[in-house]
Amino acid sequence: MTRSFLGMPATAPPGVGHLRGTEPFPAAARRALSDAQLRRNLGHATATIRGRSAAVIGEVPDWPGLRAAGRAIKTDTMARLPELLEQLEAAVTAAGGTVHWAADAVQANRIVTDLVRATGADRVMKVKSMVTQEIGLNEALEAAGIEPVETDLAELIVQLGDDRPSHILVPAIHRNRSEIREIFLRAMPGVDRALTDEPAALAAAARRHLRQTFLSTRVAVSGANFAVAETGTLAVVESEGNGRMCLTLPETLITVMGIEKVIPTWRDLEVFLQLLPRASTGERMNPYTSMWTGVTPGDGPQAFHLVLLDNGRSAVLADPVGRQALHCIRCSACLNVCPVYERTGGHAYGSVYPGPIGAVLSPQLTGVADNASLPYASSLCGACYDACPVMIDIPSILVHLRGQAPHPRAEATAMAAAAYTMDHPALYAAAQRAVRLGRLAGRRGRGLPPPLSGWTASRDLPEPPRQTFRQWWAER
Amino acid sequence: MMRVALFVTCLADTLFPQAAIATVRLLERLGHEVVFPEGQTCCGQMHVNTGYPGDALRLVRRHVRVFAPYDVVVAPSGSCVGSVRHQHATVARGAGDERLAGRAEDVAARTYELSEFLVDVLGVTDVGAYYPHRVTYHPTCHSLRMLRVGDRPLRLLRAVRGLDLVELPQAEQCCGFGGTFAVKNADTSTAMLADKMRHVLATRADVCTAGDASCLMHIGGGLSRLRAGVRTVHLAEILASTEAGPADAPAPTTGGTR
Repeated sequence: MTRSFLGMPATAPPGVGHLRGTEPFPAAARRALSDAQLRRNLGHATATIRGRSAAVIGEVPDWPGLRAAGRAIKTDTMARLPELLEQLEAAVTAAGGTVHWAADAVQANRIVTDLVRATGADRVMKVKSMVTQEIGLNEALEAAGIEPVETDLAELIVQLGDDRPSHILVPAIHRNRSEIREIFLRAMPGVDRALTDEPAALAAAARRHLRQTFLSTRVAVSGANFAVAETGTLAVVESEGNGRMCLTLPETLITVMGIEKVIPTWRDLEVFLQLLPRASTGERMNPYTSMWTGVTPGDGPQAFHLVLLDNGRSAVLADPVGRQALHCIRCSACLNVCPVYERTGGHAYGSVYPGPIGAVLSPQLTGVADNASLPYASSLCGACYDACPVMIDIPSILVHLRGQAPHPRAEATAMAAAAYTMDHPALYAAAQRAVRLGRLAGRRGRGLPPPLSGWTASRDLPEPPRQTFRQWWAER
Repeated sequence: MMRVALFVTCLADTLFPQAAIATVRLLERLGHEVVFPEGQTCCGQMHVNTGYPGDALRLVRRHVRVFAPYDVVVAPSGSCVGSVRHQHATVARGAGDERLAGRAEDVAARTYELSEFLVDVLGVTDVGAYYPHRVTYHPTCHSLRMLRVGDRPLRLLRAVRGLDLVELPQAEQCCGFGGTFAVKNADTSTAMLADKMRHVLATRADVCTAGDASCLMHIGGGLSRLRAGVRTVHLAEILASTEAGPADAPAPTTGGTR
């Protein structure tokens, strides 16, 4: 058999799913920054999670060793991803499940919609999942006349509020409890009009609302946190138990997972089930860890479908620097420590993957040109790299992607001119003197022209010194 | 006695010479010879971090060529040393120049940020400085998380006579500078700056210091705009000051005009 080179793997297609925003990050961030309530909600929530997570990470004697182990397992996985996926397919099939391969969001949505239709159901209940948000599955199901019901409390808040998630782990982090109460009063059928904004009361209202769904819905859709290639076991970790209801009660379970979620062996779970809860929710042990292998006669769903989604992941894998973004276990620790995310919130990133990991993952999944502002949505402070439980060097990927981003022509010209000048010390010295002369000549007190006006909008310029260092040195 | 090549950084050279002059005076006071390789200009960090590694290549090549002859290179900047250590070889490799990458790694291994050089190489924490002011210290992100300078600057500051060191709340949060981030994402940068200034003002310090003139230009520019009455001063200037007087003219590191 001859093999022909088919070119670079495809990126995620436009027009479907939620990987692309409608405006560049700086414009979206500007609006978010002016929302004082949002700033308060985010500041409070991220500080709380940061503190809780830091405390329980501090208890672990070998956290650096665990992180290194997590990275090593993921690096190994990515190095032999095709082989592990075929092993997973064989194991799931042997255990009574059916595996489907989806090249992109369009295919995945069609596969899931067809599977639901085949059951005759007109409603599915959903376990919180990032990947189904990524592909826009809810919209696809609704277009086919199938009602998706989010069962994770925060996802339910987002769905009832006709909103979008703004955080990987806490999708309604941008809402405070009084806003949640208003959403429930407005959109939750049959809600008690005397509902207060006490967290327990809000949770109880959601529980009553969801109970009927759990008992009467025959099909569930989930994502997956891990898939063990050697055993064919899928794993979902969650805090509420609502996910477990979806995973155990219905007749049919359809799981959509990104191909990067596979891990080689059962034993590898040991590492990730220690890393994930401490890095994400700040819990020592995850509250509800559900694992299932194919179909068990007489127990749980009797039909299980696994949809393996690419949607740009092979393109990410092809980039030696960027591929470590596929190591992400969706803990959201990088969001919680990010000084940019803490102030702008998740919607400013446009994609369902916000924060530092979103700023490196979304542009790679879509192609950098379609998310060109995201690699710049960071001060490169490095807090994300320190917080990442699998040691993804996010700042280096950001810088790498900036090198691939389309550049404004004027900026590119200025950068080339600056590099040329700085490579010629005499020109450089002349330019240094011009800085002083330019300031003396006129712009004092009036700020700079765009794009440098961004500086003088909130900051004074330094007074140019009487002489540069090299002039001082020469006269010494 | 050591022979130290000063890597001045383009920003200190052009806009904050007092930080570089203080570095020279400090190292000479400690008994070392300082040389200034005049072929140096800029390490290229701005180009790399803005997405122009191709343009940065010539600056990396220049930096490596200029500093290769010296055993010890010292810069009053965590960020620029971070670029030399963590970016130069990558830029060279990205351009397929393995030989340059190797030479860049050699130079990087001999390049130190000022507080690293003082504490780790010279083994001093008391540099004999006198600075009778209430001071708070902002650990810059690249010195903290790229270079891991840890508490070295604080140990140096604690040994300064007359200095009243006040802890900065949430010190390890980024000030929002981030190079061209400050312009490309000016609103977010300003929101981060607002919180940093709030914490600086809460200390009631006269002076906010740090190991990077770039972050100080940002913090100081914001404080100056608010007419907050707090100066930003580079760590080197504090360490160079003695009972005999400040290292240089008493001009503040930043501030000035709108």
